[in-house]
Amino acid sequence: MSSWIRLLIYLIAAPVVGGLLAGWDRRISARMQSRRGPPIFQPFYDVRKLWQKQSIVVRRSQNFYILFFLLLVIFTGALFFAGSDLLLVIFALTLAAIFFVLGAYKASSPYSFIGAERELILMMAYEPMILLTAIGMYMVTKSFYVHDIASHATLLVLALPGVFLGFLYTLEIKFRKSPFDLSSSHHAHQELVRGITTEFSGRALALVEIAHWYENVFLLGWVYLFFASSPLLGVAVSLLVFVLVILTDNVFARLKWQTALRSAWVVAAVLGFGNILVLSLLR
Amino acid sequence: MRILMTLVLALILVPIGAGLMLGCVRLDTLRKVVVGAVTLAVFCGTLALAARPTPVDSGVVPFNHHWLNLGMLLVEIGMGLYVIVVGVRSRRPLIVALMLAQGGLMLWFELTQGPRLEAAHDLFVDNFSLIMALINGVVGGGICLYALGYMREYHEVAHRDVPDRRPLFFALLFIFMGAMFGLVFANNLMWLFLFWEITTLCSFLLIGYTQTPEARRNALRALVMNLAGGLAFALAIVWFHDNADSIELQTLITSKQSLALVPAALLCFAGITKSAQLPFSSWLLGAMVAPTPVSALLHSSTMVKAGVYLVLRMAPAVTGTTVGLMVALVGGVTFVIGSMAAITTSEAKRVLAWSTVANLGLIVLCGGIGTGEAVWAGMLLIVFHAVAKCLLFLCVGVVEHKLHSRDIEAMSGLIVNLPRVAVMMLVGMAGMFLAPFGMLISKWAVLKAVVDASPLLSVFIVFGSSATLFFWVKWMGKLLEVVEPQRRIEEKLALGESIALYGLSAATFLACLFFPLISSRFIEPYVLSVYGQTASLGQGNLLIMTIMMIFVLLFPLSFVWYGRGVKVVDAYLGGANVRGGVGFTGSAGQVQEVNLHNYYFRGLLDEAGLCRCGVIGCSIVLAVMAAAALV
Repeated sequence: MSSWIRLLIYLIAAPVVGGLLAGWDRRISARMQSRRGPPIFQPFYDVRKLWQKQSIVVRRSQNFYILFFLLLVIFTGALFFAGSDLLLVIFALTLAAIFFVLGAYKASSPYSFIGAERELILMMAYEPMILLTAIGMYMVTKSFYVHDIASHATLLVLALPGVFLGFLYTLEIKFRKSPFDLSSSHHAHQELVRGITTEFSGRALALVEIAHWYENVFLLGWVYLFFASSPLLGVAVSLLVFVLVILTDNVFARLKWQTALRSAWVVAAVLGFGNILVLSLLR
Repeated sequence: MRILMTLVLALILVPIGAGLMLGCVRLDTLRKVVVGAVTLAVFCGTLALAARPTPVDSGVVPFNHHWLNLGMLLVEIGMGLYVIVVGVRSRRPLIVALMLAQGGLMLWFELTQGPRLEAAHDLFVDNFSLIMALINGVVGGGICLYALGYMREYHEVAHRDVPDRRPLFFALLFIFMGAMFGLVFANNLMWLFLFWEITTLCSFLLIGYTQTPEARRNALRALVMNLAGGLAFALAIVWFHDNADSIELQTLITSKQSLALVPAALLCFAGITKSAQLPFSSWLLGAMVAPTPVSALLHSSTMVKAGVYLVLRMAPAVTGTTVGLMVALVGGVTFVIGSMAAITTSEAKRVLAWSTVANLGLIVLCGGIGTGEAVWAGMLLIVFHAVAKCLLFLCVGVVEHKLHSRDIEAMSGLIVNLPRVAVMMLVGMAGMFLAPFGMLISKWAVLKAVVDASPLLSVFIVFGSSATLFFWVKWMGKLLEVVEPQRRIEEKLALGESIALYGLSAATFLACLFFPLISSRFIEPYVLSVYGQTASLGQGNLLIMTIMMIFVLLFPLSFVWYGRGVKVVDAYLGGANVRGGVGFTGSAGQVQEVNLHNYYFRGLLDEAGLCRCGVIGCSIVLAVMAAAALV
């Protein structure tokens, strides 16, 4: 499949898949809590409704940052699915996340401010592990390009078990789920209010939602990369990981930011760096 | 060839001459004219040099006049005596001892070996020295222009208590610049050493400019540390001449590793002191007591860049050795510690200083690894860091004068108070760490080079760069966030300040747009000539970077829709808002003020503790390096 076709499929299918995943998320979470849960298509209904709402802002320019957050998230995923350089994908993702954070700073409310600050802490927590993941993949496949990594003959996870586990840990952060829902929680009845998105409403909030759909598909795509030589296994594991994330979300309480940061760095240093150490010793 | 060498000599001598002249000029208008004219001349000179049709490899300057060497010796003796007097007066036996050791060594060396100390080429020009000269000419020139307006405001408005010694200030600024040109063009190690010592002395005098007790103390600390580097430099020259019978930089780089390793290690040590790597970082942090143009000069175009220049020059000699690994470790540790220390402080200049220390660490890391790819990445870092860091320093200088504070927390709402300066600061910060700007391209290149050479060292980069992200973004956020109803401060800038600020902002963008050109015109030919192969980013990646750049440039355009179709309300404060959302009525009926304050991790990290760890760690690494060089 040429990279352009993959790119096109990503652009069209990712929001659909992402939205459905979000719907399943709510459904499975509800079942875990002995509730019925909303219909699978509820996230789409939500976004449609948000789209029709009046735009209410605190600072007039705050929504522009969100627009660019969405555009850059889409761009990040596009780079990934087009098979481009993994490091570049990470940098684009960082740029996107920074627009999101700056938007929240711009909104200048204490709740969005603290959310922005904590989102930054979370970025600082996951960044080393994500970079180490790219480095680990490079050491096995001798390439940073996603299309080379995807067409590697062996299962990457066999050479990178530590990196894979570390990556799963950061995935919990990236999905903004408990125990790492420090910057914004899905449940607004707590001390953060809604954290980073407190002052975003209407279309801006809809854009944030869509950006998360794109982002989640991209992240699961990265999980798939560990199993790329066996596509069926890859898809199965990606979905399994998604269920695992939902499970931890329902099982764990929120961590303090200090614990989140420390533990993520320890995981990156022990699992991620340890794995790379072993690889370079075996070379 | 003759024209070339004349140009090179002019670049060295014109600023020094102008400096000596400015030392006698008390008249502000005359100073403006001289500074403007010399800056323009230097700017044109460097551009003319860089724009020569073919990349120059190694030029010859046929002078071996005995009197010239004698003159240089006299200058060295004069400087040595001055330093000894300073040491005695301030009761610092260490300064006296270091100066006596180094001066005695050089004097003995020149007196016994005098007639044999001849280099075939005293000066040379290659692509590396060209790029350094360009930075020095363009960025350094910008700083000199900026200093005109800044220093007037400094003495007439902001710091009336500081004695006005502007003639000395500008004299030192230009001598510094000339010495830096000399440093990058020198092939004769004796010349290089002389210019090296001039920069040490100039920085000492500039740091102590205000003559407050703190300034004096910090200036002396800078002097001690740089003298230690100078001693290592002198030892390197003597050792190399003893073993290889040459005092040429080019010979040193191209000789066998067994012959070059000891002097290269010594020179790397000198470079590490000058570029303020741990354990020597404290001198650069202390240097902030000086007026802002000095900080900008030390941090971006001269001084610390001289240190990393030397380390990168030595890269081929140390690559693959234990010495190289130790140099890389010093850089790596400094990068991580510097980045984390920058999180803990809210003082703008201190954050910038730590960030400089950290980024130089990255360059030293490249030099220590010493592969072609790493050197390529290190040179890119030098270029982009100089431009963005200079811009940031100059902006902070302006803000300090307008707000009378250099605390980041006081910069809240700067985007409304001082919109133009705030935007320029944001550009500078984006230039320091965001994709697709230069520093990020360079960091990317560094990461690739490190992963190829020794993947384990990449651990420093991944942890360090995530800390970098944190302190830059929270600062950016502080500039953007607006709580109180704001008053607009008058944002008048002097002509020189405007030229420097706008010029550097444009340069931050242009350096990214012309990045392929800079790389292929200057950096790749140098790497190719030294290593026989070169590195570059793939075409596809360049295209992607361009697309990202377009995203970033489109962002300001979205402000066309500023405030359209939105309803503006107060922020949610969890209570009844009062006075337009700057306070709310809390549960006890009292009015609570809204106060937004960044995180500084004070309970988690501690600047002094980090420093201590770094100093101890890097000292051990340096000791291992010394052992490895001698064994």
